[in-house]
Order: sequence, then structure tokens, then C-alpha cells
Amino acid sequence: QDNIAVKANAVCKLTYLQMLGYDISWAAFNIIEVMSASKFTFKRIGYLAASQCFHEGTDVIMLTTNQIRKDLSSPNQYDTGVALTGLSCFVTPDLARDLANDIMTLMSHTKPYIRKKAVLIMYKVFLKYPESLRPAFPRLKEKLEDPDPGVQSAAVNVICELARRNPKNYLSLAPLFFKLMTSSTNNWVLIKIIKLFGALTPLEPRLGKKLIEPLTNLIHRFLISLSSGMPNHSASIQLCVQKLRILIEDSDQNLKYLGLLAMSKILKTHPKSVQSHKDLILQCLDDKDESIRLRALDLLYGMVSKKNLMEIVKKLMIHVDKAEGTTYRDELLTKIIDICSQSNYQYITNFEWYISILVELTRLEGTRHGHLIAAQMLDVAIRVKAIRKFAVSQMAMLLDNAHLIASNTQRNGICEVLYAAAWICGEFSEHLEEANQTLEAMLRPKVTTLPGHIQAVYVQNMVKLYASILQQKEQSGEKEAAQEITQLMIERLPQFVQSADLEVQERASCILQLIKYIQKLQIKEVPVAEEVIALFAGELNPVAPKAQKKVPVPEGLDLDAWINEPPSDSESEDEKPKTIFHDEEQRHSRHRQPEIDEEELARRREARKQEQANNPFYIKSSPSPQKRYQDTPGVEHIPVVQIDLSVPLKVPGMPMSDQYVKLEEERRHKQKLEKDKKKKKQKKEKRGKHHRHNSLHTESEEDIAPAHHVDIITEEMPENALPSDEDDKDPNDPYKALDIDLDKPLADSEKLPVQRHRNVETLKSPDSEAPLVEKKSKKPKKKEKKHKEKERDKGKKKEKEKKVIEEEEEKKVILQDLHYKSSKHKKKKHKKEKEEKSKDKKKSKKKSHHSEEETTESVQNGTLDDEPLPPMSSYRLLAENPYVKMTYDIQGNLQNDSQVTVSVIFENKSTSFLKSMELNVLDSLNTKMLRPEGSSVHDGIPVPFQLPPGISNEAQFVFTLQSIVMAQKLKGTLSFIVKNDEGSTHEKLDFKLHFSCASYLITTPCYSDAFAKLLESGDLHMSSIKVDGISISFQHLLAKICFHHHFSVVERVDSCASMYSRSIQGHHVCLLVKKGENSVSIDGKCNDSTLLSNLLDEMKETLSKC
Amino acid sequence: MINAILVFNNHGKPRLVRFYQHLAEEVQQQIIRETFHLVLKRDDHICNFLECGSLFGGSDYKLIYRHYATLYFVFCVDSSESELGILDLIQVFVETLDKCFENVCELDLIFHMDKVHHILQEVVIGGMVLETNMNEIVAQVEAQSKLEKAEGGLSAAPSRAVSAVKNINLPEIPRNINIGDINIKVPNLSQFM
Repeated sequence: QDNIAVKANAVCKLTYLQMLGYDISWAAFNIIEVMSASKFTFKRIGYLAASQCFHEGTDVIMLTTNQIRKDLSSPNQYDTGVALTGLSCFVTPDLARDLANDIMTLMSHTKPYIRKKAVLIMYKVFLKYPESLRPAFPRLKEKLEDPDPGVQSAAVNVICELARRNPKNYLSLAPLFFKLMTSSTNNWVLIKIIKLFGALTPLEPRLGKKLIEPLTNLIHRFLISLSSGMPNHSASIQLCVQKLRILIEDSDQNLKYLGLLAMSKILKTHPKSVQSHKDLILQCLDDKDESIRLRALDLLYGMVSKKNLMEIVKKLMIHVDKAEGTTYRDELLTKIIDICSQSNYQYITNFEWYISILVELTRLEGTRHGHLIAAQMLDVAIRVKAIRKFAVSQMAMLLDNAHLIASNTQRNGICEVLYAAAWICGEFSEHLEEANQTLEAMLRPKVTTLPGHIQAVYVQNMVKLYASILQQKEQSGEKEAAQEITQLMIERLPQFVQSADLEVQERASCILQLIKYIQKLQIKEVPVAEEVIALFAGELNPVAPKAQKKVPVPEGLDLDAWINEPPSDSESEDEKPKTIFHDEEQRHSRHRQPEIDEEELARRREARKQEQANNPFYIKSSPSPQKRYQDTPGVEHIPVVQIDLSVPLKVPGMPMSDQYVKLEEERRHKQKLEKDKKKKKQKKEKRGKHHRHNSLHTESEEDIAPAHHVDIITEEMPENALPSDEDDKDPNDPYKALDIDLDKPLADSEKLPVQRHRNVETLKSPDSEAPLVEKKSKKPKKKEKKHKEKERDKGKKKEKEKKVIEEEEEKKVILQDLHYKSSKHKKKKHKKEKEEKSKDKKKSKKKSHHSEEETTESVQNGTLDDEPLPPMSSYRLLAENPYVKMTYDIQGNLQNDSQVTVSVIFENKSTSFLKSMELNVLDSLNTKMLRPEGSSVHDGIPVPFQLPPGISNEAQFVFTLQSIVMAQKLKGTLSFIVKNDEGSTHEKLDFKLHFSCASYLITTPCYSDAFAKLLESGDLHMSSIKVDGISISFQHLLAKICFHHHFSVVERVDSCASMYSRSIQGHHVCLLVKKGENSVSIDGKCNDSTLLSNLLDEMKETLSKC
Repeated sequence: MINAILVFNNHGKPRLVRFYQHLAEEVQQQIIRETFHLVLKRDDHICNFLECGSLFGGSDYKLIYRHYATLYFVFCVDSSESELGILDLIQVFVETLDKCFENVCELDLIFHMDKVHHILQEVVIGGMVLETNMNEIVAQVEAQSKLEKAEGGLSAAPSRAVSAVKNINLPEIPRNINIGDINIKVPNLSQFM
């Protein structure tokens, strides 16, 4: 006793320690002990600790399953609440599977406090156990209309989360949400719903149109969240953007931020309308708040055009200089590159300018995005042929000044640029003017301080450079110079051969041998340049990154087939080690023999080069080659000259991008002038028609011709590549599992696992079943209990076998024993099955998707398959004229004993537009329509929608009643405006709303024992009817009563059934239905005799129609 | 969805940590530290939203925070939550704390960490907002503390702990401890109890 208090205290302290970062998982078992304490105080502490430290990997968690189940069903709502809260944090797939059913039950708990928690936790359960989604969904949907606003908002919350991931499955809920949106006043719920519609509208354009009206009403309150869900409607977008501008100009930073955020959402769909606010956005770049600056940057991305790109980038470059804090600067850098390179360099008119921007960016200190710049350089140089010459000269400059970039190798982000520079210089060496100088730069000893993968590229490209120099020299006959350059290579290459990086070493030693060989040839005065250059012959084409994946599998090639018969196990064990050894030896010998014939070498180089080009980063393997390198003894250590980078770097000869901006402006001006001239000429000819247009002086984007002819080579794709868009789907997305079609009817196999008593299994075996059924007729007293079994096993009824009666007595005893043991469980289970079934039913009749009452509960257990029920609709015709048809259904409201809800479906039958519909009812003393506060009893209620031709929609009206024992009739009128091409007319339609007694009943399942008690209690009035001439089957008959009169079957034996229902005011109604030869007799018992007789009259009417 | 709720003081000491996805303790501390540094360098009069990059393992996440006296309340949420809504929720949460503790201060959060958690559980569970109506939250919290009081509460625990120690058979504790020539007399414990 005391012990647990101490433990709880200790666990509480552990929770505190956990917060400070200590692992307390060792105490998991003690936590479980505290969780299972009987006192709420301790239990709560236990669950708190568990929620903080348990997770899927905690192995003791499976011990908690029963404890949690117990707590969930505890009579104390706070015990349940605490268990639910805890569960929300540590639910595992196992727990989810085992407890899904219990939580489902809690969703209809009497206390809203528990209901809302249970609803929220279902989301967690869905995530862990996706199979539960379909069975649980109908109930979740019900909760959307829960009377408690908290539960409602919880349900909205869960469905929003679900729909965000897979919106298309939730489209069918749109009308329901629409209704909620127009009726709800809870801001939370509204925001969530609007977000949900934001996800739904792209899938269903019609929805957007519908939404405009209510959204415009809300616009002032929810502008921000609104923009995400805005439909495609230019007027409202305009309005939105204008409002946003006001927000952004607001002094409140929060609003400013949100305004920008919303802008960026609109930008995605309507770039034009946002572009006009460029000034404002640029202004935001100067804001002191980093979040706002980042948002503004995001916006800029979508706003650039050919015209303003240079200007915007120039502004950004200024910011890059000013920016403090590397994160923001990095962000700026990536944005600049993103902006420039977007949609295949669409907006760049002058690539020289872009290259110089990239070069300027390399002067940034300590950026992490060197590789990004490098990738851009490579991309541009490869794909834009015209720019290569310029790019090469710039890159040579970079290589020349490599010491500036490489000086801070600790943060070696930027030296990635050298990688690109070296490769470009090597590959396009024919454009290089001073190749000698560049080669010299690349051979500097300091290069060996660079990361390995960059050195490797250096080595490789040195040879390319060397080859082109060699050719140049030989052609001009300078043999001396050619030999000199060879000598230089031989002198400098050994420093790379000693590199710690394998890649560098291998390449360097290969090349060194090659060059030594060349030297030999040179001494013999053999012209070698042609052959050397042949190593690198051929043009490289850019290949799209997805190209490899898209190569179609050639016909007749089975990739899964074995190439050779798989060797048997014993064989492979014997042979494998041998082959590996053999292989290795081969590789070794090859490594030591660098003088491979030139052809082979060339081939390998070509292959490697290809690979390199396809994937510029494939060499990136060693994480810290720098460090390792310095550790190696015997390497020349040349101190790196540290250059203070705070001094502005003006590398001599490096062109500044600014000058391009000026040039570009001049050029454009010139172009414009020319064009203007031309236009003027045209104008003279055409006279004035275009005058206005010209005087506006708008320079359309197409007018700007690129500086030089640039052909951007598109990335290569393999021939007959298969177009597939599935590339970017992440197979590991946990939400994908929840992508389930919710509108399909439930299959039997999809029921939630229900805890079963073990004995049930034995009951189900076929040989015990046969006597069971026979027994029934003989022992009417035990019928009730047996009946349940029968119901459950009815599916197997067909296999019924006549068994020897001697066995019967024995089995009966056993069965009864079993029965008492398991009856409690079964009851639970039974109920659940019923519910699921009825849901199933509801779904299958989706056309009138709610309102379908729980038909033929038990009867359909199993028998549904053999005898399909005819489709039934509870909607009755209310009134009809050439314009509109109204059908209605009345349902009792379980939570309020004096209210019923009337759902009316309005169907527009005409070809005109119906609007301003208003429904009015003449209240009686007993029955009144619930009107919004403040309106008088004579006012009508507006129908919250309009009807385009051919569309139907449903509206609900609530009525309050005093007495429910009599059927009621109310007169009413629907007034509406018909609008068509000729104009609009005012129309009216009178109707009579008939509240039958059955509409006050609510289908309530009842167990046979409770039913028996009720009958015995004796305080019920009795009445009976008999109807002749019934020809339909008993099964259908029961279904009809269940459906139209809201009863449920308690039990059914042959052609006799007992049924039960309850009125909204709590009257019990019991029926005994017997079917004779051609007649049906119904005995009824009820608390209220008037109600009963009225009900029976109604029933008589229904049955006589059969 | 709310991914995490962090409360720490001006020095970065955590006062309430609630993650709605499991992370190892070290990672949690790392996140708290980084969040603290992100939040600390921001002025009071700039906006309350912060993109936290890949801190929580997804670019979708955003930090929404408020600074009250010595404490920062930081919520990490994804894009399905409304920013202003969460700001409002922080306010509700703090006001609820204020009501439950009567003038809440940092010390309250330290000494009644469990209670703070319980209050939070009435506002947010499993990363989803449960209730935004302050009166409702306070009512539920009070109902639960009443229940706790009825049971004697945890405050009774220390006295029980003492009685538990009492029940240990004291005479078995040696009265004298002799180590070489040092002689320690053990005082009679029972008189303290």
C-alpha cells in the first residue's frame, strides 16, 4: 500500500529527470506498476511517465494492453480519460489492433469529455493500424454531427488530418462540411474546415464555385487560412490579394508574416495577380525579421520574369553582401540559384551575366552550398554551347585564384567550385587561351590540400589540358615547348601519386606512367599529340537524371530469370572463396602494371569520363580527406597562406556582374529603339490603331531577345522512354497506408478484431451446432440464449447435419456451461457485430447516405447473402411541382427528447436556377419549427443553398414537440425565385409535413434478457392487430418494419419474431410479430396506449401495401 | 498536428517538454538547445513564427512561440495548423496555467511539473487540439484535482514514505560501528520520527 505511493512519487521525479535529458527507460516496469495502481492520483502519474518515455521499441508495453483496456472501461470518466491521453502518446500497432474496438465503443460514450478524446485518438489508431479506418469511419462521420461542439471539433480535426494526406477519399463528405461551415461559429472548426476545402477544391472544381459565397462572407475573419482554400475565381483572388497587401503593410509583424505566407500560396496559382506587388515584397527583404525576409524571398522566386530577373538578382546580391548569419546568407544563395535556374533557365537572357554572378557567389565566405554553385556552373557550361568560351575563361581565372577559395578549407564548402572549374577547363580546353598558365595553376603544390574528390578531378583534367597543349605545340612545331610541358607534368605529378586518397593516387599513377611513355616517344621525335588527344575525343551530352530508370526493358528480356542455373549450396560454399581470391590477385597485378596498352586505357578513361559527366558528384566518398592527408608522413607540407577575406576581394580581371546589368540595359534600350522605329513606321502605315498601346510603353517580355543565340540543350532521355510520373512518390510514406476508399461497403473480413472468449471456438464447430438448432424447438425456455448462438452461426446453417439424438443431452449440458461463462463477452461482441453490420448496410445504400435506419439487425446476420432485400428508401414525397421536388425523412434526436430533425431533399427539376428558397411552416401548439433566435414565429427559414438545374441537395430543419403520442400534420410553404434567361419569377409550393409516430422512434438494440424483463414488468399496455393477405416473405416483412418503423429485431424463431424500439421520450415499444398462412398478427406492448395504437395503425397501413 | 511543445526559460533550461513523436532523449535535448538558440536571438517585437528547417526532420514544420517574462512557450506544428490559431492556443494555455496556479511563475512549473502536464493534456492530446475553451479546461482540471484530493493526494505520500521507513526493523541497524579505533555511535533514529 505505502509502497505504491513511494513508487509513484519516484516515478514522478523520474519524469522530471527525463525532461532534463536522462534516459529513464530502465524504469519502464515500475512505471507500469504505477499505471496499474487503483488510485487515480497514482495512475495519472504512471500514465504521464509512460507517455513521456514509452515508444514502439519499449518491450514491456505489451504488458499494458489489459491494464489499458480495464482503464478504458472504468466507470470513472477520468480514469478513462487518463488512459486515452496516455495511449495517444505511445500507441503501437499491436495496441492499436487490440484496443481499436474498445476505443470505438468509447466514441459513443455518454460523456462528451470521453467522446472527444476517443475521437482524437482514433486518428493515432488509424496511423498505426490502417485496417481500422474503414470500420470506424461511419462512426467518425456520425461524430461530425455530435451535439457537443468539442466532439464535433475533434471529429473535424481528425477528418482534416486524414483528408490532408489523401483528399480524394473524402470528397463525399464535402456537403456535410459545407453545412458545418455555414452553421458553425467555432473559429477552430471553421479554420480546419477551410483548410480541408483547400485540399478538396483542386480535386473537385465545382466545389470551388459553391464555396465562393460563404467564403466571401468569412473573408474578413479568416483571410489568412482562406487563401489556401481559395477557389479559382479571379475576382475573389483580386480581393484577397488586396486585403493581403493591407496585412503586409501592417505594423504587426505576425500579420505581415502571415500575409506573405498567404501571398506565396496564391502565387502558385495566380502569379500575375501577385506580381504587381513586387515593390512591397522587395521592401520586405529589408525587414529586420529573418522569418519575414525568408518568406519574401520565397515570393520573389515566383515573381521573376525575363525583364526583372537581373534587377532582382542584383538586389539579392546586395543583400548577400549585407547579410550576417550564415543561414540566411546560404538561404539567399540558394534562392538566387533557384530563381535563375528555374524552369530550365527560362528567364535568363544573358548567360555571361549568370556565369559572373556564379563566380561572384564563390567569394562568399563559409557557405555550405559550394556544390550547388558547382553544379550550376557545370550545367550551364555543358548545356549552353555558346557560353563555353566565356565560362572557360572565367573558370581559368578561378583556378588561378584558387588559393583565395581554398584558403579556408576547414569550411570547405566553397572549394567544391574548383571541382567544376577544373572540369570545365579540362573538358573544353580548346577554348582556353592560356592553357599553359592554367595547367601551371592546377599543378601547384597547394592543390594537394584540397579534398580528395576535387584532386581527382584535377588530375584527370590536367591530362586533358596537357593533351590540348601538346597538340597546339606540335602543330606549331615547337617541339621544345612540348617536351618542356611533358617534363613539367612528370615533375609535378608525383605529389598526387603520394596522395592518401585512393582515387587520386590511382589516377595520378596511371597518368604518370602514360606521360612517361609519351616522353619516350617524344624523345624519339614521334608525333604523339593526335593519339593523346584521341583519348578525350567525343562530345558529352547531358543526360537527364531519370534517364537510366526510364530505359524500357527490351522485349524478351526477363530480368528475373537466372542467367546461369543457381549453383547448389554445397558447390557454392566450396567455390566461392577460391574465386574471390583469384579475382583479387588479378586486380593486384593490374594495379602494379600501369603500362596497359593505350587503347584499353583510352576506353577506360572514356567510360570513366562518361560516368563523371553523368554524375558530377560520384567521387564524393571520403568524409575528411584533408585530415587524413595531413596525417600521412612523407608528404610535402606547404603552409597554406591565409588571406583575410574581410578585405573586399577584387580579383583583377574578374568581370563584375554589375557591368552586365548596365550592358544589358543599354542593349535593351537599343533594341527597343529599333523596335520603336519599326513600329513607328508601321504606325505611319496603319495609323493610330495601335497608338494607345505603344504610348503605354509596355515592354512585353517576348520583346527582349537574348543577348546571343543560346541554345539550351535539353537533357537526353533514352529513346522510347516510358513516361511515368510515379518517380517522386515515397514508398515509405506512413500516410499512404491510409489511402483507403471509404465509400466501398465493408466486407466481413474487415471487422475489427473483437476479444473473444476461447470457448466460442468450440461452439462454432459444426457437430455441436446441429443438436443446438434442434434443441430449440424442444426447450422453449432456453431458447433465448441459444438463439444468440444460432444467430451467430447462421452462416453455417446450411451445413446443418442431423445428428444422433443420444448425443444431444450430453452436449446440451456442456453448451450451457460454456454459455454462462462466455455470455458476458458474447453480448459485447454481439452488439458490435450488429453495429458493424448496420453500418455496412448504410454504406451499401449510399444514394441516400445517411438516414438509413438500422435495418433488420439480427435477421440479416448471415442470411443476407441468400435473400437480397429490395432497396428501400425512407424518404417520402413531400410535394412536387414542375420546378422542384421535395422528399423528406424524419429522425428522432437521441440527445434531446423533444426534438426531431426533418431532412428535406430539394431537387431542381426545371432548367432554371432556383434561389432564395425559404421554407415556412405553420406551427401547431404541439409541434414548432426551431427558428434562429430573434426571428418571429411567422418567419420562414432560408434554405442554405441555391439549386442549379438538375441538382439536388439536402437541408435539415429541427422541430420541437411536446407530445409524441399522436401523429401530426403541419402545413407549410416553400417560396423560391426561379431565374432563367427570360427573367426571374417568384414561385410557391405548399406541402403537408406528416410526422408519423414511427418517426419519433429511435432504433435501439435490445438484448433478449432485458427484453424479457421489460415484458414481465407489467407496466406496459397491450394492443394487437392482424393484417391479412401478406405474401412477402417473413424476412422482408421484418426488414420493412425495421426500416420504416425504426424497430430492431430482438430475436427471431422461424416465423415469429420479437422486436423492440424506443421513442425519443423514452417509451418502450415491444412487438411480437407472428406470420400465419397468409396473414400477420402483431401484438404490441408500450408504456403509452395511445402511442401504441397509433403505431400499430401505421404499421397496418405499411403492411397492407405489401 | 502539433509535433512538440516546449517550455524553457531565458537560459534555455527546459521546464516542460512534450514530444508527440518518439525521439531519443539526446535528440530531444539537442532540439531544445537549437530551438532555444533560434528563439533567443529574436527580438520581442518581431513576428512569432519561425521556420526551423530540418530541425524536426521535415521542412513542413514551423515554430510558433511566445515569450512571457522568463519563459518561452514554443509549439512546433506542421502546415495543417493555423498560425494565429496556435498563438491563440498558447495564450489559452498560459492563461489556464495562470488560473490553476494563481499567478503562475517559473517556480510553479518546476515544482508542479506533473500538474502542468495534466493541464496540457486537457488542451492537446496526441498532437491534436482537444479543447480551446478555457473554462472547460479549468473545469476538467479542477474536477480531477478534487478527485485526487479525495484520495488523499500525492502530498500524503511523503508521510507514508516516512511511515514505510518506520516499519523497517530499526533494531537491526547496528548501534555502534567499529572501524579500527574509530567508534561511531549511531543515534537512535526512532526519536526523529
